[in-house]
Amino acid sequence: MRIGIPAEVKDINGPVSNNFGRTQYYFIYDDSNENYEFISNDAANSQGGAGVKAAQLVVDSKAEIVITPQLGENAAAVLNAANVQIYKCEDGTLMENIKLLKDGRLTLLSSIHKGYHGH
Amino acid sequence: MDTNLKIAVLSGKGGTGKTFVASNLAKIANRAVYLDCDVEEPNGHLFLKGPVLEAFDVDLPMPEVNLDLCDNCRKCVDFCAFNALALISGRVKVFDKICHSCGGCKVICPQNAIEEYNKNIGKIERRHYDNVDVYTGILNPGEESGTSIIKKMMTTIPSGYETAIIDSPPGSACIVMDSIEDADYCVLVAEPTTFGAHNLRMVHELTKVFNKPCGAVLNKTNGEEDPSRIYCMDNNVPILLDIPWRKDISDYIAEGSLVVEKDKELSESFAALLERISQEVQK
Repeated sequence: MRIGIPAEVKDINGPVSNNFGRTQYYFIYDDSNENYEFISNDAANSQGGAGVKAAQLVVDSKAEIVITPQLGENAAAVLNAANVQIYKCEDGTLMENIKLLKDGRLTLLSSIHKGYHGH
Repeated sequence: MDTNLKIAVLSGKGGTGKTFVASNLAKIANRAVYLDCDVEEPNGHLFLKGPVLEAFDVDLPMPEVNLDLCDNCRKCVDFCAFNALALISGRVKVFDKICHSCGGCKVICPQNAIEEYNKNIGKIERRHYDNVDVYTGILNPGEESGTSIIKKMMTTIPSGYETAIIDSPPGSACIVMDSIEDADYCVLVAEPTTFGAHNLRMVHELTKVFNKPCGAVLNKTNGEEDPSRIYCMDNNVPILLDIPWRKDISDYIAEGSLVVEKDKELSESFAALLERISQEVQK
């Protein structure tokens, strides 16, 4: 099972990014072999549609679970269409959130915000 | 649209009196057309009243993917500068509200799998009030951008008017730029508050980007210190008209009346305002 988390810095002990679509990196963790990688988010500087492009990136990385503090409606539409499960993160580092997920202590993200897109 | 004088009325924030100034200017002008470009909340027709004589739909082309022809090559997704397409589980998904209707995905598709359909996003209504032809742009609730409605208003309005009054949307975003692009002159309506002066600066800077001559109408003035007036004096923005904060004016507005039909002094003020703008444009 591959798990994706938005990350501000390339550090497994770094914080979860507060913004899914415009985060700098995604932390992609594979719990079958405990390997991980950081992928750069090309969508971070998009003028618009960052959520769509970012979610596409995460789907392409074969993540089946996403852990994030919040999510915009367009990103959610992409992740839902790809049957990605979306969990809400808790305070703590990337690895601490992976552990919380494994321990069954994270809950599914219940609310989707309208996004920050605007003209 | 070929008109002698095109005046855009704008302001950095809502509620300053754009429609108040624009509707009264249109009434005082000869052979005028009034274009309500405040497509998210058009209300000029509350003052320039009349039954709807005509209505035109405004549609935008939207891509639709024929899944029988699509081979998931992903070229459309990678091409789209607005990230309006995604390829998920072997299906291309279109995000209508992000799409800018550029048609690029249709051109780039090697399989000719993308067709366009027309999606209705709003309409334009025509009314007539006394000397004024009144066009109202209306964006459907939930749509992201009314710029195409404004472009259609600007390009499809018949010619032969002496004066066009463009009632712009509030703010200084893309949609406001579309509304002032064709204007000969910009009237900036401002309130006597710090917030008002801040937003006046934003629209003033916008008119400078477009190199448009402009002047200010200071609305709801009360004789006290006025940050908008100070901004105008510091930045060489001519003050075209002062409209005082008066109970009778707000009563006229509340009942949907034009002040130029109710108050002789204000009627003369608006006539002088139009004359002043004509002179400024000819300079």
